[in-house]
Amino acid sequence: MATARRAAVSTIRPLITPEGVDLRIKLADAGTRAAAFLLDFVIIIVTAVVITIVALFGLAGLNGEGAQPLFIVWIILIFFLRNAYFIVFEAGRRAATPGKRTLGIRVASRSGAGLSVDQVIARNLMREIEIFLPLSIILGRSEMGLADTLSTIFGLVWALLFALFPLFNRDRMRIGDLLAGTWVVEAPKLALVEDLSQRQNARAFRFTQAQLDAYGIAELHKLEEVLRREDYVALKAVAETIGRKIGMMIEPGDSRAFLTAYYGELRAQLERKLLLGTRKADKYQR
Amino acid sequence: MSALVGKDAVRQSLASFRSEREADWKAFEALLARVEKRAPRTLSEDELLSLPLLYRSALSSLSVARATSLDNALVGYLEALCLRGYFYLYGARRSLRQRIGDFFLHDWPHAIRDLWRETSLSVVLTFVGFGAGYWLVAKDKGWFDAIIPPSLAGGRNPDASVEVLRQVLYDGADSNFLSGFAAYLFTHNVQVAILAFALGFAFAVPSVLLILMNGCLLGAMFQIYVAKGLGVELGGWLSIHGTTEMFAIALAGAAGMRIGTRIAFPGELTRMTAAADAGRVAATTMVGVTIMLLCAGLLEGIGRQVITSDVTRYAIGGGMLTLWLCYFYLFRVVRHGDR
Repeated sequence: MATARRAAVSTIRPLITPEGVDLRIKLADAGTRAAAFLLDFVIIIVTAVVITIVALFGLAGLNGEGAQPLFIVWIILIFFLRNAYFIVFEAGRRAATPGKRTLGIRVASRSGAGLSVDQVIARNLMREIEIFLPLSIILGRSEMGLADTLSTIFGLVWALLFALFPLFNRDRMRIGDLLAGTWVVEAPKLALVEDLSQRQNARAFRFTQAQLDAYGIAELHKLEEVLRREDYVALKAVAETIGRKIGMMIEPGDSRAFLTAYYGELRAQLERKLLLGTRKADKYQR
Repeated sequence: MSALVGKDAVRQSLASFRSEREADWKAFEALLARVEKRAPRTLSEDELLSLPLLYRSALSSLSVARATSLDNALVGYLEALCLRGYFYLYGARRSLRQRIGDFFLHDWPHAIRDLWRETSLSVVLTFVGFGAGYWLVAKDKGWFDAIIPPSLAGGRNPDASVEVLRQVLYDGADSNFLSGFAAYLFTHNVQVAILAFALGFAFAVPSVLLILMNGCLLGAMFQIYVAKGLGVELGGWLSIHGTTEMFAIALAGAAGMRIGTRIAFPGELTRMTAAADAGRVAATTMVGVTIMLLCAGLLEGIGRQVITSDVTRYAIGGGMLTLWLCYFYLFRVVRHGDR
């Protein structure tokens, strides 16, 4: 629990708006970013293949005439796909490529000011040495069949060094991020969900003061998570645990109703304490 | 029993906190979804004016919710909503036309002027490389093959006859092929320039080497032509696009050196800030380099094959160089106000 919380805290950075509210942005973790990149990479590759196939069909259809303009269009399109894909999307309103958008992350300026185009360009031109150069070294090696082991190893070490760079700094920055003064943050679109304490219960439960004092805010949040997940087995297990702790016998069929009721009462109790100035962080706090 | 009454009162007031403001949040969310997809122009005047108001009310709801509510989902929702609103409202963006105008009028020449030290070094290095290449090949012909890979030389080597060498200079390729060739040259050169820039990250060493090598290549090529008395002709053949292209590559190298040296020696700034500053100047330069290489590609792919007179070639090359120098170093637009 303690280690989990420390890990969660370390990826949160303050972002104080001019109105004086700290928005506490959360940095995207390395896995999410790698997944987003892979998604973009797949999109680029698929688009390139589609463009090439269309061009080849066009070439066959034209019988060699007009191959020239076709070649120009093809080479320019591929060039833009490689160099402009990331820049165009990240310079847009949502500051995220389709891959990033799918995973709910975006690029932001480290200073908290608006993201400018030159920042986006700087961070994406560095992809050239982070990805494309080592990739072409490795592909070139395997293609030539010239197993120059040393340079292949060099290429691999290079690629790994740059690919893993985000793991070696606190802010999960790529080299491109470092040079552009940017970082990648979580910006999910969340829907407003129902307030669990407003749920009407078929059965009424009554709790004593001592029973409500058994838990704190950390446990309340866990309970909220379980209730929202609506997993029967988890509900039953949690209901049993809580029942044992506060000395109540819960029928397995009642676990959801019991937990909802307990959640409502516990939250009201803790929120009242909060208003009076005591924040009971977890069950260990008296 | 009074505790229970108190609890119910708190519960009631928090429920009404949410129900009273929920409509505002929803309206803000819907408005944001619209402006994120389409230009703010599509909003009516009322909607546009309500955007910052809704943002501030969401922000204040967030503060209240954080202080009083223990509903994690609600706080999470408000945080995400406010962050989206913050990024939209404070991500002050100018219109595309304005940005392009600013780039050509201020940002590009300014970035190049800012890089003058690195640029001069880069030009000097090109000449040093040129001298070295020339001298090496003059000393020993064997160096030519070492400097220029045979695949790139295309039959040109120290033992080639005058006719072969001359043919390369004046034989325009099949004119049908030209624009395709220009497109290929452009994309290839830009990739090289990006590499020269990005490699600068390794404390500028690879950029320096790349620039030196580039000059060396040129020197070696010149030597074999000069030896056959074709130096002036080769100069024309190269300068028509070369002044633009070599200048662009020198600038890309300079941008690379800037980031490398600023990371190594950040001066009074922190390393992070120094790197970010250098990166932004370098990025602007690189966009400019791409434009220059587009010009060079067109001149090389089309101009050089069509124009075969040495005088015209020199005139175009010299004219382009003068144009770039005037634009970068003499052209200054006085900026009024705070942009």
